[in-house]
Amino acid sequence: MPAPAQLADIWVYLSASPLLGLTVTLLAYQGAWWLYKYAGFHPLANPVLLAVAALVLLLELTGTPYQTYFDGAQFVHFLLGPATVALAIPLHAQLPRLRAMALPLLTALLAGSLAAIVSAVAIGRLFGASEASLLSLAPKSVTTPIAMGIAERIGGLPSLTAVLVIATGIFGAVSARFVCRVLGVRDDAVCGFAVGLASHGIGTARAFQVSEQAGAFSGLAMGLNALLTALLVPLLAVWLKF
Amino acid sequence: MLGALTLLLVFQLIGEIIAQLFALPVPGPVIGMAMLFAVLSLRGGASQPLRDTAQGLLQHLSLLFVPAGVGVMLHLHRIGDEWLPLAASLVGSTILAIAVTALVLRALARRTNASGE
Repeated sequence: MPAPAQLADIWVYLSASPLLGLTVTLLAYQGAWWLYKYAGFHPLANPVLLAVAALVLLLELTGTPYQTYFDGAQFVHFLLGPATVALAIPLHAQLPRLRAMALPLLTALLAGSLAAIVSAVAIGRLFGASEASLLSLAPKSVTTPIAMGIAERIGGLPSLTAVLVIATGIFGAVSARFVCRVLGVRDDAVCGFAVGLASHGIGTARAFQVSEQAGAFSGLAMGLNALLTALLVPLLAVWLKF
Repeated sequence: MLGALTLLLVFQLIGEIIAQLFALPVPGPVIGMAMLFAVLSLRGGASQPLRDTAQGLLQHLSLLFVPAGVGVMLHLHRIGDEWLPLAASLVGSTILAIAVTALVLRALARRTNASGE
């Protein structure tokens, strides 16, 4: 049994190395995934939500600054870049269906993308959000690395955008089935496309659990909306001066 | 797998260089994705190792959001001050985006199917 002083030395050593941040991220996610599975993949037991909550609690309790944690966790965060590029592969696998439904899909994409951006800013403004928050809200429906890039470009706060994007993803994943049921939309492809557009990768991860078809269309919408939002938000930011 | 990962990183790098060079509003990885999509369309498909690597990365896509999500602790103060506008915007806009997309797609897909028969 090591003396308390030795334990403190070990803690000081570990908290300065990236190993700890990386390992607790993977452990928290594994634990969250286990709970999610145990809850029968119930949308409210969203693994991102559970893992983030556990890690924030851990960092607050140990008094660890976010930057120290992120020095380790950045290796996981970095993979978002190649993962975004990798989206081209499932997207390409949908090419025949994409061609056949091109016009309806692109029209729905444009309508949904505009609805997501404009309503986020309009509702935020209506309830008195600050300028920095509005600019960080605008790209909230697209996947984190892209949304952060957009927020940076238009003068929002990229780290706040990341949080809003993830909250949007979790909320979309939790509510999509309910919204589709209320609207009487029974087609998995249609509902999948809608959830991927509104709540990116977290919605897509959820859609894949509903059905293969929902997941494929969700991934398609996520990729297309990432491209379109990256073009639309900077333009709208200038035109609408939000 | 190493080759496939290298290929993904090369496309990301090319995307970043193009974005910087032409001061584009689109982030580098999205340009990389569009270029890889174009190359796959020309070549007629992805190799098996590339498909496996992509599946491996995308299978745990939600894990990759965790480090950025923990950043919520930097903004607890702002979120405490602005929780109502932020929550109203997220909830309202997400439901609206899902509803608009689903309704437009259903209406147009139905018309396409009807005219195709």
